[in-house]
Amino acid sequence: MSAVKKNYVVETIRKAQMKELFMKSRRLDGRALDEFREIKIKTGLIEKANGSALVSLGNTQVMAGVKVSTGAPFPDTPNKGMLVVNAEVLPLASAYAEAGPPDENAIELARVVDRGVRESEMVELEKLCIVEGKLVYTIFVDVNILNVDGNLFDATSFAVVSALRTSKIPEYKAEDDKPKLTGEIIPLPVRKTPVSVTLARIDDILIVDPNAEEEAVMDARLTFTTDDDGNICAGQKGEPGTLTPLQVMQASDIAISKGKEIRKIIMEATG
Amino acid sequence: MEKRKLIDENGIRLDGRKWNELRPIRMEVGTLKNADGSAYIEFGKNKIVAAVYGPKEVHPKHEVLPDRALLRCRYHMAPFSVDERKNPAPSRREIEISKVIREALEPAIIMEDYPRTAIEVYVEVLQSDGGSRVAGITASSLALADAGINMRDLVVGCSSGIIDGQVVLDLNDIEDKEGSGDMPVAFMPNLNLITLLQVDGIYTKEQFKQAFELALEGGRKIYRMQREALISKFFGNTQPASAEEDEE
Repeated sequence: MSAVKKNYVVETIRKAQMKELFMKSRRLDGRALDEFREIKIKTGLIEKANGSALVSLGNTQVMAGVKVSTGAPFPDTPNKGMLVVNAEVLPLASAYAEAGPPDENAIELARVVDRGVRESEMVELEKLCIVEGKLVYTIFVDVNILNVDGNLFDATSFAVVSALRTSKIPEYKAEDDKPKLTGEIIPLPVRKTPVSVTLARIDDILIVDPNAEEEAVMDARLTFTTDDDGNICAGQKGEPGTLTPLQVMQASDIAISKGKEIRKIIMEATG
Repeated sequence: MEKRKLIDENGIRLDGRKWNELRPIRMEVGTLKNADGSAYIEFGKNKIVAAVYGPKEVHPKHEVLPDRALLRCRYHMAPFSVDERKNPAPSRREIEISKVIREALEPAIIMEDYPRTAIEVYVEVLQSDGGSRVAGITASSLALADAGINMRDLVVGCSSGIIDGQVVLDLNDIEDKEGSGDMPVAFMPNLNLITLLQVDGIYTKEQFKQAFELALEGGRKIYRMQREALISKFFGNTQPASAEEDEE
C-alpha cells in the first residue's frame, strides 16, 4: 500500500534472505508458505454502531463499523437494500500514511472487499426492501485501518464480514412511503460467510498473507474470496507483476482450502 | 424483477453469438495526430480511443524514479458513453480501473529503458458496451507500440463470464449487467503471463478454470487482430485490420 515506504537497498537484501528461506519452505517470521498470521476478532466494541469488529492479523489492525439507516434504492436494484463498503488508511496507521480522501489503493481495497461481500450474496439484501423502488435499508460499512503491516485486503474483509454477521438493526416499516421505527431490533439477515485469501508472488514462490516486509518485495498480489460452498466469488490481481496461468490456478486452490479454515475462525468469533 | 433468458434453447445469445464467440472487433493504430502513439478500437458497441504521451519529463519532480520510467494511466468514460449520463468526474470505479490497467500494462514495458521519465496512457471510452477495460487495455498496448516504446510483448485483454449458469466468452453490456459473473483477464500472449485478473460473480472451481481458459483463448484471437492492426499501419497494408470472428 502507499502507506508502506519502499527502500530499495534494504529490500534487495531482505529479498535475498527470504528466497534462501523459501528453499526450506519457511519465511522470515518463521511461518510456513501457506500459513496465516494469528487472526484475532473482537466484535461489538462500538456500542453506537449497528455492528463492529476489530480484527488483527499479526500487527495489521483494522476496525469495521456498520451503520444502518434508510434511503432510496439504487435505480437498477429497486427491490434490494443498499450496501456500501468504504475504507480509509488513517494517518495514525503508519509513518507513511497521509490524511486525506482515500487514494487509489484505499479505493481498490474497499471495492475488492465490497465485491466479495456483494457477489457472495452474504447479506440478504432482498429482505432489506421496505417499499419497492422507494425505500430500502442502507447499510454503510466503514473500515478504519489502524495499523499497517501488510495484507490489508484480508484483514479488512474479515472485519467487514465479522461486523455484518453481528449487526443488529432497528426495524422500520413504511408509513406513506416514509420510514417509521417499529421499536424492534432485528439481526441483519446474512446467509453466507465469504472469506478473502490474499497471496503474494515473490519470484516464483506463492505465499499467503504477506506482511509489510513481504509486500515491499512482492512481484504480484492475488486475492480470491470464496464462499461457504467453496465457490470463488471475487478475485483481483494487483501490483505491476505477472502470474503464470498455473500460478493463478494454484492460488485459487489455496484460497479455497485456506478459506475453509478461516471461515471456522470467523464463525466462532461471531457466533 | 423478472429475469430474462440470455441464452435461448439453441444455445444462441441475445446478440446472436454462440458461447465461445467474440463480438465484431475493429482496430486502428495512429488515429490521433498529437499523441506519440494512439489506437482506436471498436469492440462490439464499445468505441474506445487510447493515447500515449511520453517518455516525457516527470511533473511533479519528486515523483521521478531514478532507475525506471513512471507509468501513469487514466481510464475515463465520456458522460455520453452510457445510458444514463455519467458524471464526468472520476468515479471510484474509474480510479480502480485506471490502477489495474496501469498494472496490466507495466509488465510489458521495459521501464528500465526510460529512467527519470513519465509515460502517460489515456483511455477514453466514447461508448461503453461491457468489457471496456479489456478493450481499453488492448488499445493501450497498441498505442504504446505505436509510440515506439520498448516492450516485451503486446498486452491483450479479454473477458469471460457466466450467464444463465453457463460460461461464455466476451460479455456485452446486457450480459454483464444481468449475468451472474464477469472475469476480465489481460495477458502477454507470447510470454503466457497474466497481467490482469479480476473475478466477479459466483464460480465453482470447474467454472473458474473453464472461464479463465476461455478468456485466454479469446485473447489469443484478439492478439492476432492486434498484430494485423500494427502491421497495417507500419507496413502500409491497405487492408484495415478488421476482424469478424474467424470461426472454426
